[in-house]
Order: sequence, then C-alpha cells, then structure tokens
Amino acid sequence: MASTAITAGSEPVFHLEEEHAHAEGGSTMLGFWLYLMSDCLIFAMLFAAFGVLGGNYAAGPAPKDLFDLGLVAVNTTMLLLSSITYGFAMLTMDKGRVAATQGWLAVTMLFGLAFLSIELYEFAHMIHEGATPQRSAFLSSFFTLVGTHGLHVTFGIVWMVTLMVQVARHGLIEANRRRMMCLSMFWHFLDVVWIGVFTFVYLMGMLR
Amino acid sequence: MPETLTKFIFGRLTLESLPLHEPIVVGTFIAVALGGLALLGAVTYFKLWGYLWREWFTSVDHKKIGVMYMVLGLVMLLRGFSDAIMMRLQQAIAFNGSEGYLNAHHYDQIFTAHGVIMIFFVAMPFVTGLMNFVVPLQIGARDVSFPFLNNFSFWMTVGGAILVMASLFVGEFARTGWLAYPPLSGINYSPDVGVDYYIWALQVAGVGTTLSGINLICTIIKMRAPGMTMMRMPVFTWTSLCTNVLIVASFPVLTAVLTLLALDRYVGTNFFTNDFGGNPMMYVNLIWIWGHPEVYILILPLFGVFSEVTSTFSGKRLFGYTSMVYATVVITILSYLVWLHHFFTMGSGASVNSFFGITTMIISIPTGAKIFNWLFTMYRGRIRFELPMMWTVAFMLTFTVGGMTGVLLAVPPADFVLHNSLFLIAHFHNVIIGGVLFGLFAGIAYWWPKAFGFKLDPFWGKVSFWCWVLGFWFAFMPLYILGLMGVTRRMRVFDDPSLQIWFVIAAFGAVLIACGIAAFLVQIFVSIRKRAELVDVTGDPWDGRTLEWSTSSPPPAYNFAFTPVIRDNDAWWDMKKAGYRRPLSGFKPIHMPSNTGTGVILAAFSVALGFGLIWYMWWLAALSFVCLIATAIGHTFNYHRDFDIPAAEVTQTEEARTTLLAAEGARA
Repeated sequence: MASTAITAGSEPVFHLEEEHAHAEGGSTMLGFWLYLMSDCLIFAMLFAAFGVLGGNYAAGPAPKDLFDLGLVAVNTTMLLLSSITYGFAMLTMDKGRVAATQGWLAVTMLFGLAFLSIELYEFAHMIHEGATPQRSAFLSSFFTLVGTHGLHVTFGIVWMVTLMVQVARHGLIEANRRRMMCLSMFWHFLDVVWIGVFTFVYLMGMLR
Repeated sequence: MPETLTKFIFGRLTLESLPLHEPIVVGTFIAVALGGLALLGAVTYFKLWGYLWREWFTSVDHKKIGVMYMVLGLVMLLRGFSDAIMMRLQQAIAFNGSEGYLNAHHYDQIFTAHGVIMIFFVAMPFVTGLMNFVVPLQIGARDVSFPFLNNFSFWMTVGGAILVMASLFVGEFARTGWLAYPPLSGINYSPDVGVDYYIWALQVAGVGTTLSGINLICTIIKMRAPGMTMMRMPVFTWTSLCTNVLIVASFPVLTAVLTLLALDRYVGTNFFTNDFGGNPMMYVNLIWIWGHPEVYILILPLFGVFSEVTSTFSGKRLFGYTSMVYATVVITILSYLVWLHHFFTMGSGASVNSFFGITTMIISIPTGAKIFNWLFTMYRGRIRFELPMMWTVAFMLTFTVGGMTGVLLAVPPADFVLHNSLFLIAHFHNVIIGGVLFGLFAGIAYWWPKAFGFKLDPFWGKVSFWCWVLGFWFAFMPLYILGLMGVTRRMRVFDDPSLQIWFVIAAFGAVLIACGIAAFLVQIFVSIRKRAELVDVTGDPWDGRTLEWSTSSPPPAYNFAFTPVIRDNDAWWDMKKAGYRRPLSGFKPIHMPSNTGTGVILAAFSVALGFGLIWYMWWLAALSFVCLIATAIGHTFNYHRDFDIPAAEVTQTEEARTTLLAAEGARA
C-alpha cells in the first residue's frame, strides 16, 4: 500500500499512500464532551458557592419558608419527561423518520417550556414575598445556581428551534444527526444537573 | 440634548471619564494614536487590507493563527513592560519625602494592569501560539480538530486585549491588584469602571482560552498520525496536552467566580460582600483554584520546549522520556492540590496549612526529576550552544533558584513572615521570567526558521539574551533582599532611605531588560533584512528529531503531502537514519477547511457587549448580545466549510520544493 518510492519490499513505511481521511466531525463528540465537562465545572463552582453560603440567611427567609416541594416535583417531572421524549426523538432519527423526529423535538420543547414557566413562576413568587437575590447570601447563591440552570434550558430550547429548522431544510443528513446527538447530550446533562439541584438545594434545604 | 437621553446613550461615560488630567496617559495616548495611525496608513497605502483579511484575519490555518497569537503576545509585552519600568522608576525615586512621579490613583492601576496583561495577554497568547503552531506539525496532522473554533478563540483573546487597552484611554483600569480580591473589588469600594473592565476583558478572553483548550486536547487525542501512540508523542506535545487539560479544567472556575463578582457588582447579590452573609474569602479560594493551575498552564509547555531543545542541541535522544511524561502528569494533578498556599495567612489552622504546605513541596520532586533529565540528556552529548540552548541553560540556572525560594515559601510559618512581601514578588518573577519567558525565547529561536524559512540573527539574539539574563538578576535579586527585610508589595512611597539603593539596582535591572526587549525587536528586524543570508531550504536547520522538521519551512498549507507513519519517539530522526526519501509523485487532492470571517465578527460583538456592560450602555449591550447570538446561529446554517486542494496544486508545491532542494544539494 505504501512505499518510499525507492525499492519495495523490505523498505520501512514512512507515509500513507492512501489518505485514511479523518471522518468529518470525527472529533466532535469528544470535543462536545469536553465542553460539557467544562460547563459541569461551572455548575460545580455554583454548587460549592451554595454549599458555603446556603445557610447564610442573614435573618431572612429560609428554604422552609420559601420552597413548595409539590411545585418543584411537578417541575422536575416536566424536565425528566422532556429527556424521555428527546430519547424518542433520537430513536426515530435512527430510523430516519423526519416527521416523527420533528414531532418528538416539538414535544420536548413544550416540556422544556413548561419547566421554564414553572421556574419563572416560582421565582416571581419568591421575589414578590421579598425573597430577592439581594436579600441574603443564601438567596444570592440559590437564584444564581437555579437561574444558571434555567438559562441553560433556555439556550437548549433556542438550539432546538434552530435544529428543527435545519432538519426541515436538509433532512436527517450526517451533519444534522451529529448536531442532534450533541443537543441530546446537552439536554440529558441538564437533567443530571437538575437532579443535583433538586437533591441538594430543595430536598436537603427542607431538612436544614 | 436632554440629560436623560445622554445618559441613555452613553451610560456613565462622560467627558470627565477621559483621563485628560493625567499628562502621562495623554502623552501615551498621543504616541499610541500617532503610531496606530501611521500603521493603519501604511497598511492602506500598501493596499494590504485585502491581503491581511483574506490570508490572516479569516485564516483557519493553525500556523497562521499561531503566528498571530505570537504577534499579540509581543505587542502586549511592550505594554506590560512599560507598566513594569514605570513602577521600577517610581519606587527608585519615591524616597526622602518625594512622592515620585505617579499619583496613587495611577500607580494602583499600573500594578494591576501589569499583572493582568503579563499573565493573560502576554504569557497566555505566547504559550497558546506556540502550541497552536507546533502541535499539529509534531503529530503529523494537517490542522487542529476545529479550525474555525481556533480562529474564533484567537479573536476572543484579541477582544479581551482590546478592552484592557481601551481602559487606558477611556475611563480607568482596576486598582485592586491582579486578582481583584473583594471586598475591595466590590461595588462599595470600587464604584468606578476599573473592575468592570477587568471582569469583562477576562471573560471575553477566557471564552477563547477555554475553547482553544478543548480544541487542542481533541487535536492531540484524535489527529495523531498512524503509529504515534501516546508514549511516542514528542514531549512538547505531551506537555501541551497536560496544559490544555489544565485549561479546560480550570478556566471555567475563573469564568464562574468572575460571574459571581459581576453579579455582586451589577445585581447587588451578596456572594463576596461583608454583610448579608457574603464571604469574601470564598472568592480568594475559588480564584486560586483557577490561579494555581494557571501557573502550570504557563510553565508546562515551556518544559516541553526545553526538552525538545536539549535533546536536539545535544544530538541525543531525551534522557528519561517516560519519567518526563509521568513527571508532567504528576505536576498536572498536584497543581490542583496546592491552591491554599497563596493565603496561608487566611488562618485555616495548622493541619490545613500543613497539608497544602506538604503538597506544594511535593511538586518540587517531579520538577527536580525534569531538571535532572535535561542534565543527563546533555551529559556526554555533543552540545551546540546555539541560541535556544543558551536560553535553556540560563533557564536551568535561574529557575532552580526560583524553585528553591518557592519551597521556602511553602513552609507555612515562613510564609507568615514573607506573605505579600517583595520576596514573593521576586520568587514568582524568578519562575515566570526564568521559566516561561526564557522558554518562550528558546522556543521562538528554535521554531522561527520553521515558521518563516530563515533563522534568527544570532548576534542580536545573544545581545538580547545577555541583557535579559543579567537584567533579570539585577532586577529581582534586590527584591529578595528587600522582601526578607519585610518590605511589602504594591508600595508607592518609602520612608526608610536605607532601602533606596536596592530599588535603584532593581531599576537598573529593568533598564537592562528594556535593552533585551529592544535587542529582540532589532533581532527580528535584522533577520528579516538578512533573510537571504539566514535562509534554510532544507526545512531541518537544527538537525531536528521530531516530525515538524520533516516538512518544508514554512510548511505548505496542508503541512504534509502524505500522512506520515511513525515508528519511534524521535520520528524524524528515525526517518533520517532509516534512509527516508521524500515522495516525489502520486500526490492526491487534500481536504482542507475554508477560511471564515465569523470569528472576527463574533469577537467584535463580544467587545461591544463588554464595553456596553462596563459603561452601563444597556442598549449597546442588548443589541450586541442579540447580534452575537444571531451571528452564531447564522454560522450554523453554513454547511460548506471545507474544500479540496487539487492534486495538481499539491504536485506543483512539492515540485517547487524538489527543485529548491536540488539546487541546495548542488551548491553543497
């Protein structure tokens, strides 16, 4: 296959005659994983800040006065369901069914919007009661951690809309499948982070 | 115009924000403006805009991006050094009741800007530029994994630098020291724009750094030529891998902590405030969790440079390759376990301080192993004292002293005496100048011929070398002595006249370093003038050992006409010994990424966004944010991002080199 252009046979091989062509986007999955891990570190810092400041109520409201676990449970359900429906979108994508994929993406987006709406309602309610981010270090770190997660979900929805337009235009071509896969990882990652938020902020906050 | 409208348009930017009352700044502005106009005029006159835009600004070629990083680092070095020599002059004359020539407001900005610029906009671009240029060549790749991202990262770094430079003439920079500790950097104690410039310049540049880290990790993991196993990678590639792992695992921490500081300042949250449950020491902890890995981000690639240089110029395989790799990895891991040694005086108690003191001392073990590896590589080698090797020897002598004072500072009781003293300043300049800077000069002298096809002029290189090395010792040894006598850092005036002589010696050292920088610039200028004399057509001017020396200088856009196959650590040395012949025919089309201007545009919007946020011009911030997102989304609609270099063009390029090599062979 390869040669150094002098004598064939015993000559050592120094280069490839044929390109083994790096598959296009061959590094994308690794790169996206690395990005997710760097994002994970940002969340880790916000969790750490909450860990340090989460008990500093500054004579203001504490989790027990503020959190409505029933509402948070509904909220969590919305996000978990959205992850399942994204999974369905991936399954239909593997079968090459464009319309079904788009449908499941739309359902996912609706669940994501429901999650965001409930979160915004919760925030508005807290702020209305005087529990603003400025009130105490506990509330600063609460709003920042939960709000950063919410911003990520918002970004994910913007991305989803973009991707739906692109799938509508070009179909499930290789590049779009890769993008679907990246968004899938992003979406599930946000789910995992939310499990952490639900556990450490809400459940353990109620025990404090 | 009604006042509310002015306020809406310009936020808190008023005519008074321009530092017209500072004659030094005005003078600098005039000089920079004239120089800038002359440069822009020259570019326009010689009709270079199109060329620069097409061939450089929009280029996704890792070699060109690497060179642009180096240019950025060099320009910012001049700025950062101006700050340094101003401080040295101030401290040398502010005795016996003299206030010196800098007022406190200005002086405090200068020491902050000096630190920020030297770390983020000199050392980082230099290191990233070197890695960008060399790594793909060393692993036999044609580009990095994500070429567009690479271009975007570079322009974000430039964006950060632009914001820092803007603070000099529009408003002011932070007066907090280079890490902007709260509560001083909080809105109550720093209500002006200085800290906001600091925050947004670093956030914009930080995005670029993180993405470039991800990019280079992927490149090293995924794009190595066949046969190059992990333990056959050149040491520079190994140290680059570790550095980029550190970047990806530490810069998000900086992003997060600066975001929290920004929230405190903009929204009024209480993360780092003194009241409402805030905790300023949390900032100090978080920022050093980034900050300590950062110093290893800077030094590790240069350890790689010294390894390449030592083995090349000793004509020997590197001694202890495996131990070198493991030492690098151990340093990478340990760098996360030492952050608290920057503030032993926080008062965490004896057991916590001992833990961090001991981990700090342990780092000197792998580092010492490296020093011995280089020494054993030189032992019985045929050493050629060319410029890169001279820098390497100077590094070993200088850096070892810095390493020893570092171990001294790692002893918590000693640190309680030396904390925030000039001894500390001397220590970290000792390792950063003696390690990072010397390494960069070694690397520049070593790879310059690869980048441009001719060597650097050795005479001016040696002038620069001696000025730098002697200048360093004159400038910083007095600071060790002063530090031991208890002089603290960041002082503007002094009462004790007996200290003055040491500051005068230090200022003399700074002048020598200024000569070193000037000689370096002269060296570049002279080398370009004498490029015909200094030319190297072989592509292998140093009798090199690694793959980058197997291709032409400068390498073609596609780096390698055929993907090389690797059989040994010193791949190119092995090829030369085994009778490698350059392939002369059978060239195929080569698939390459296309240039794009999106990176420049995105970075420009980011600068506008930062500027809007700094000056409370909310309309500008909102508008540029929307444009930023829209441009980014628009870019994803472009599915055609690459092209093929036709086989005929490859053949033509390669045949031109064949002719050149034949002519050289005939002359020899």
